[in-house]
Amino acid sequence: MFGYYVELALRSLRLSRALTALMILAVALGIGASMTTLTVLHVLSGDPLPGKSSKVFMPRLDPRDKEGYDPTDELPVQVTWADGMNLLHAHRARRQALMTAGATPVQSDDAAIDPFIVPARYTTTDFFPMFDVPFRFGQGWSAADDASRARVAVIGADLNDRLFHGENSVGRIVHADGVDLRIVGVLAPWRAVPHFYDLNTGNYSVGEEVFVPLGTARDAKLKRNGGLECWGNKSSDEEGMETANCVWLQLWVELDDAAAVVSYRAFLDGYARDQVALGRFERPARTALPDVMRFLDEQRVVPSDVRLQVWLAFGFFLVCLVNTVGLMLAKFMRRAGEVGVRRALGASRRSVFAQLLTEAAIIGVAGGIVGLGVAFLGLAIVRMQPGAASQLAHLDLAMLLVTFLVSIAATLAAGLIPAWRTCRIAPALQIKSQ
Amino acid sequence: MQIKPILAALRRHKAGTILIALQIALTLAIVCNALFIVHERVDRVRRATGMNEANVVAVQNLYVGSPSTYIPLMKTDLQAIRSMPGVQDAYITNAFPLRRGGWSTSAQKDPDATKNGVQSALYFGDEHTLATLGVKLIAGRNFRPSEVVSFGRDQQPAPPQVIVTKAFADKLFPEGNALGKTVYYIKGKPSTIIGIVEKLTVPWIDANFIDNVTIMPLFFDSSYQHFIVRTKPGQQDAVYRTIANTLYGVSRMRVLPEKNGVRTFDMVRANAYEADRGMAVLMSIVCGVLLAITAAGIVGLSSFWVGQRRKQIGVRRALGARRKDILSYFMTENFLIALAGVVLGVVLALGMNQWMLTQFEMARISVSYVLIGVLVLLGLGQAAVFAPALRASRVSPVEATRSV
Repeated sequence: MFGYYVELALRSLRLSRALTALMILAVALGIGASMTTLTVLHVLSGDPLPGKSSKVFMPRLDPRDKEGYDPTDELPVQVTWADGMNLLHAHRARRQALMTAGATPVQSDDAAIDPFIVPARYTTTDFFPMFDVPFRFGQGWSAADDASRARVAVIGADLNDRLFHGENSVGRIVHADGVDLRIVGVLAPWRAVPHFYDLNTGNYSVGEEVFVPLGTARDAKLKRNGGLECWGNKSSDEEGMETANCVWLQLWVELDDAAAVVSYRAFLDGYARDQVALGRFERPARTALPDVMRFLDEQRVVPSDVRLQVWLAFGFFLVCLVNTVGLMLAKFMRRAGEVGVRRALGASRRSVFAQLLTEAAIIGVAGGIVGLGVAFLGLAIVRMQPGAASQLAHLDLAMLLVTFLVSIAATLAAGLIPAWRTCRIAPALQIKSQ
Repeated sequence: MQIKPILAALRRHKAGTILIALQIALTLAIVCNALFIVHERVDRVRRATGMNEANVVAVQNLYVGSPSTYIPLMKTDLQAIRSMPGVQDAYITNAFPLRRGGWSTSAQKDPDATKNGVQSALYFGDEHTLATLGVKLIAGRNFRPSEVVSFGRDQQPAPPQVIVTKAFADKLFPEGNALGKTVYYIKGKPSTIIGIVEKLTVPWIDANFIDNVTIMPLFFDSSYQHFIVRTKPGQQDAVYRTIANTLYGVSRMRVLPEKNGVRTFDMVRANAYEADRGMAVLMSIVCGVLLAITAAGIVGLSSFWVGQRRKQIGVRRALGARRKDILSYFMTENFLIALAGVVLGVVLALGMNQWMLTQFEMARISVSYVLIGVLVLLGLGQAAVFAPALRASRVSPVEATRSV
């Protein structure tokens, strides 16, 4: 029976090509626009640490002076050197990493390559295991390297391709701003989207290519290039950053379970109260310990333009659907005569209804296929935009499936009213008017 | 024209009527909000910087090597650039309009006050800055070469003389007598306002103190610098192409970033506003497609109605209705439906704007946008229904005698 319905539907669709094309196009544009914007939103609001983001936390404190104090102020998202080091060395979490951003010129031994600047990260050893950073060769440096401020580095896949043609470069030397660093590890391609661990360098900035122990970077005076918030009237020269009244480091900790979170929270509160008692912190002790996703949410990382575009696309889709309902109504009602004859010949209401819905479903399938094309085209255009993260927007298999299902479901829903109205036509009336 | 019979007829095909009205309402709501967003973005993209942006090239430069060499290198670099053929003037700075990164501080009028100052962006420069940027000095004087000094990371930017924008001066001294007054960028370090420029914007595009700028006669002893170069008319492209080689010719101990290392100011502007321009283009496309879909829907449904009513039309024609009457019947019918649609649409549009106001920090939509949207959709409806109505008017009276 279904085959017969499909045949009838195809015949009827072929009879009014312009109207059919219009319906398919409307569904396709609506689907395409919605899927394009949803994919972009999906990429931009993704979990940068899948499976682990609820175990990684950012301890936040308020070390600022009294000036301009407002209890509703947000806590800084960075810490001072002193607090960072204190919390790091307390080892109260399973893993902890203290870090800041840099930008360092890299010189190649190959004279044909001009020096170029790459983003760098000055951090401590737990960075790699805590953030599940994948290695291609070698590994991260040790805690001893951190302590001894060893001249070592981990480099990213791109830099390894550029300097060493992708070979295993562990043990070789990279010249960062005139400082020779021995490579201990090479990363596999890796990029955190969003760039959650340091939003100061941009919510979706590209990954770092040089990783150096924090102490080494300070010793070697590698160039810092990150967020800096200072208070008071003390100067903030590069040499004195360790004692300056500034927050400029990001601290992240990994906590295994709820109990660990509770106990770390208590430790952090105690630490803040101690600092107030010592007179180091002038403001009342306040702390926060958001996990990765909560932090991204609080910082409103997803650009509001992207959310606006998603809503716009849904509005667009709604108009397209209303349009399709109208056209389908016109199309089905026009066949009142034919339906009347079929009903008079014994077709049940149910079978007429099923046949008309089959027709709607065919439009849905066609709309879905064309809509997929529109979505591919839309994403290709998005990728051509120079924005930092737009290059990442690709349609994945799940989205592809969703595209089809939504398209068919939406057109079926759109076909319900017209089909219902049409199958209620009294056969006698139609036969009479023939 | 009789409206009552039209209304009576509309009651017989409610579903189609409601669908067209609903579609018009939704389209109106989306289109006028989208057009409003386009307008806001276009306004932003066109915002003036106060500079004369023609014939300006900006170069990002990072010195490599010993920090003690930066200041001498900066001076020889400047000399080399200023003596390039095609260059009119040049200076070296930390930031400039639309750079989207820079230094800002809160300035005080009162030496002891510590809060509620006026926020200002800091641009470091020299006596060539005003001429290179092409900003207009409206009071006071330019810097003297002797006033330009070096300062390092360990010092604070608070020179004895500063030039400020009029907007900043008026904020700090509302009486309008800022010239010669003292202002504190750093507690205990007074600066005298020696000049006021008409307008210059901050490096950021989203700051709420967009016109508050202070120019300081300072060479910033830092590895990261920007050269701003004004070329002679017609020489911009030549300078844009050769300046990197000139700088590498002076010294190779530097890096010009591969991306955006050398930019004309047109490129700076395009980079700064690319997201806004993209949004405006996207919204415009959405508006166009939505209007097209709505028009196509009206054509489709109206054609269907005309086909359905051929017999009635034939009867009316046989009874003496002129072709003009039939045409205006369908035009009026569409107008009534569209009118209902736009009334609902206005409510939806305002509601949508209200919702976006809370969600996306947008401005309140101006009534003129809603009005323009209403007119556009009424016009669109009339245009879309014209062809089917014309076809209806061509129905011959003979149709009255046919059975279908």
